[in-house]
Amino acid sequence: MKRQIPLIIVLILGIFFFFQFFVPSRISTNILQTTLQWTIVISAFAIVLAIGSLFNHHMLKIRRRKPHWWNSIVTLAALVVMALLGIFGRVKGLEPLGELYRKLFHYVQSPMDQAMFAILAFYMASAAYRAFRARSQEAALLLISGFIVMLGVIPFGSMLWTKIPDIAEWIMMVPNMAAKRGILFGVGLGITATSLKIILGIERSWLGGGGK
Amino acid sequence: MIFSTNPWVWIAAILTLCIFSFLYKENAFYRFAEHLFVGVSAGYGVAIYWNNAIVPNLYVPVFHQHNYWFIIPGLIGMMFFFRFSAKTGWLILIPLAVLLGTGSGVYLAPTFQADVLKQMQSAIADATNLELGGWGLVWGLVAFVGVLTTLSYFFFSREQKGALKISANIGIWFIMIGFGASFGNTVMARVSLLIGRVQFLLTDWIHIIK
Repeated sequence: MKRQIPLIIVLILGIFFFFQFFVPSRISTNILQTTLQWTIVISAFAIVLAIGSLFNHHMLKIRRRKPHWWNSIVTLAALVVMALLGIFGRVKGLEPLGELYRKLFHYVQSPMDQAMFAILAFYMASAAYRAFRARSQEAALLLISGFIVMLGVIPFGSMLWTKIPDIAEWIMMVPNMAAKRGILFGVGLGITATSLKIILGIERSWLGGGGK
Repeated sequence: MIFSTNPWVWIAAILTLCIFSFLYKENAFYRFAEHLFVGVSAGYGVAIYWNNAIVPNLYVPVFHQHNYWFIIPGLIGMMFFFRFSAKTGWLILIPLAVLLGTGSGVYLAPTFQADVLKQMQSAIADATNLELGGWGLVWGLVAFVGVLTTLSYFFFSREQKGALKISANIGIWFIMIGFGASFGNTVMARVSLLIGRVQFLLTDWIHIIK
């Protein structure tokens, strides 16, 4: 029963919402909208599990005095402060908390987010050097197309040769789009097949226990 | 060089430098910034979920509009907490089943339509649209060949030899050019972020650039 009930729920909801797509009535659309609203609420509760797991991980590090354990205090304190400011900052009379929340976002979260991704530019460049040293025809194609696209979007590219932006656009619009379309086609078929397998109860790995 | 007098700008600048210090090697400043970033981002995520998911879809309907039907998703969502109980742990499968069943059913037909039918339709339309004329039609045909050969590369139901091997080889050229283009775009996006950060340091923090 522990496995049958979830499988029946998936089957009923899956078949119902599959056919809902083909019924464009107002009632059908309203049911879809309400259900999507419900799923947003349900998935929001899963965040609590994720935060609980993060808390457990860092509390364990603090309790066992693992190396650099004090950094875990920073993580937990930042999490609690940011969450509370974000939640209570919208309450009437507590607007200063909301202002502090926005400041923390603009001057702490956002700069670090950008800096984290910015340093990836260096690592991608060095990884590209190691990975793409045109050892084969395919690697050479990848290297050349990447290089032209990069040159195509900066003023230096058109300074070198005025046609470079046009070639970059051609790469994006013809071979790149062809490959992306082919991959998307496969992804679409994959999603369709997996969805059907889940609805019909053939794919059961989400139940745990290795899908038995 | 005139430094900014805004303490928030100083905080942002110091944290940016802490992150950039990783380019030299992993160090205490980077680790501090990294942990702070994880905490702040997780807290931000909690606040966003609370304000954008729970409040408008659960709190407001139930407590302001007295629409008590909306208690049901709240109760189903709370079933995630059975995860912490050994005896009733299996009940976590109920909210999972609701999400999976709804997600699979809702997106099955639209995904097939958008990712399979529409893509094929556009590829064929580009290759047969005589109004494009000249090079437009040629590139449409090239793109169509690219789609077919890319698909043939992922066709594993038969051993890739003979015509299929040739087609798959052409497909891998298209795929490599596509990956190269994606790589180029990703690198440029990262470089753009780097320029943004350096500009912030030089403009807002030390006022070298006006």
